[in-house]
Amino acid sequence: MESGYFHHALEIIEDICIGCSHCMTVCPTEAIRVKQGKAKLFEDRCVDCGQCYHHCPVNAIRVAHDDFNDIFNFKYRVVVVPTVFIGQFPEEFSTNLIYNTLHELGFTHVIECGPGVELLMEAYSSPVQKARPLISSFCPAIVRLIQVKFPSLVDNVTLLKAPLDIAALLIKKKLTDSGIPEKETGIFYITPCAAQIAAIKNPQDSTSSLFNGVINMDLIYNKVYSQLHKNGKKFSQQPERLHLSKEEIEWTLTNGEAVHAKGRSLAIDEIHNVIDFLEKLENETISDVDFLELRACDQSCAGGILGTANRFLTVERLRNRGANVKSNGNGHSNDEIIQYAGFIKKHLATEPIKPQSMLKLDEDMLKAMNKMKQASEIMRSLPGVDCGICGTPGCSALAEDIVRGNGRIEQCIFIQRRKEQTGTQSLRDSFYIMEQIWGRDKLE
Amino acid sequence: MHFEYKIKGGDFANAGNASSQVKKILKQLNVDHLLIKRVVVSLYEAEVNIVAHALEGIIKVDIDAEKIILRLEDKGPGIPDIPLAMKEGYSTASPEVRAMGFGAGMGLSNIKKNADKFNITSKVEVGTQLEIIIYFK
Repeated sequence: MESGYFHHALEIIEDICIGCSHCMTVCPTEAIRVKQGKAKLFEDRCVDCGQCYHHCPVNAIRVAHDDFNDIFNFKYRVVVVPTVFIGQFPEEFSTNLIYNTLHELGFTHVIECGPGVELLMEAYSSPVQKARPLISSFCPAIVRLIQVKFPSLVDNVTLLKAPLDIAALLIKKKLTDSGIPEKETGIFYITPCAAQIAAIKNPQDSTSSLFNGVINMDLIYNKVYSQLHKNGKKFSQQPERLHLSKEEIEWTLTNGEAVHAKGRSLAIDEIHNVIDFLEKLENETISDVDFLELRACDQSCAGGILGTANRFLTVERLRNRGANVKSNGNGHSNDEIIQYAGFIKKHLATEPIKPQSMLKLDEDMLKAMNKMKQASEIMRSLPGVDCGICGTPGCSALAEDIVRGNGRIEQCIFIQRRKEQTGTQSLRDSFYIMEQIWGRDKLE
Repeated sequence: MHFEYKIKGGDFANAGNASSQVKKILKQLNVDHLLIKRVVVSLYEAEVNIVAHALEGIIKVDIDAEKIILRLEDKGPGIPDIPLAMKEGYSTASPEVRAMGFGAGMGLSNIKKNADKFNITSKVEVGTQLEIIIYFK
């Protein structure tokens, strides 16, 4: 019933990590421990939300992406651009200027995420799935969060592709239709977050086959900015080439989707807010909601961890851009979509989401019951202060680690003191245990 | 395994806490998510019934490898006509309670629908006892 572990885009660089435990404290799924003075990741629990990346004081967490030069392995090099990328730049840099700069960097085709959103709007206004509320599958960190922490809600997730997938589908189809062999085309996505990389790199996700690579938004931002600087903004007066509609531009912002859903809908951003809400939803204390747009980052994709601009300024730029769009009268931003609508509709569905619960203490229920009894006994001897000195995010995390075979009770500094006082543990042993958690350096 | 949760009448602010705790336990025990859903729905309904109608109550939870037994005992007005109370849409909830989104009269019938076994006994001016059993297999 449940599938294996996820591919992860977040990596801890051990040489840089100072074992400060900031990441452990902020991780919303308790996926990080400190051992031997370094942060360690429990891969089955990580949802690639990027809170750790955001809070690391020494940049020891890396978002693993592809080498930019990989694009030159292909004759035709497509870049799929999220609208928030344009929002990274001040308004004096026109959208077209940024497109042109991407061409100068080596891309033969530039396509922004957005075309096809009207097909999603259609799907939202007459949903096929019966579960309520429907939860948008837009944010991959949220989809994973539901898999690991709220498995009873997996059937509520919409089985629809996201705008980036549609953009990739569309351009792939267009290029093959024009006679270009598929293997000559490389499609690359500029990602504002780690979760999107993980989704694209995960063979279980339907997105995986559409892209040949992913490049971090901060890296491309630097490249584009340097190029713009070199060129002295000479393209700045060009008009926008691909006209996205207001809806397409604003889709990735908070309430960009929920506003189009049928019935009562809510838009919630930032992962802790989402967790709070899903807890209540799972308890059935919230009812009568038809649609949920849930995003892991504050201000949705504008707050993606690979963004360089202030997220509120990014939102402002995109809203201004949306407000300035002139309608072409047929409701579609892009005439190509009308031509390819049938094709995209055929490929709009995704595979059902499978639960991957991280909370179970054991596969076997009787064993899990025993472990739970042990854990609650351990909890009684722990102080309940969640100090984190044991290298776990709190007392209950330590208790669960112990019964899972990933920890020992002597990691607790209160237990150490008690044992030292009763003579059952020497100060030397305590030192050794602390070294095992925090590394030798911190005790010298 | 045995767990107990005390419930205070009128404490809507904390209604659902027991269901939340039980849900977490069942997740840790690797109970199927669809079964957890049934347990949580019925327990939450029953918990809110105590909060909405009774002075106080206690929820006793017993879990073994085959099943979960939920026993809810309250001190309160009791139910004079159980068959009537079991009807969908029947409610004695006050307008204030309804305004908060509770008391739609779906409670008891909904619990029965989600339970494998359901027993209810009640004595007017004394209290009500519910027994809900859901099998894991």
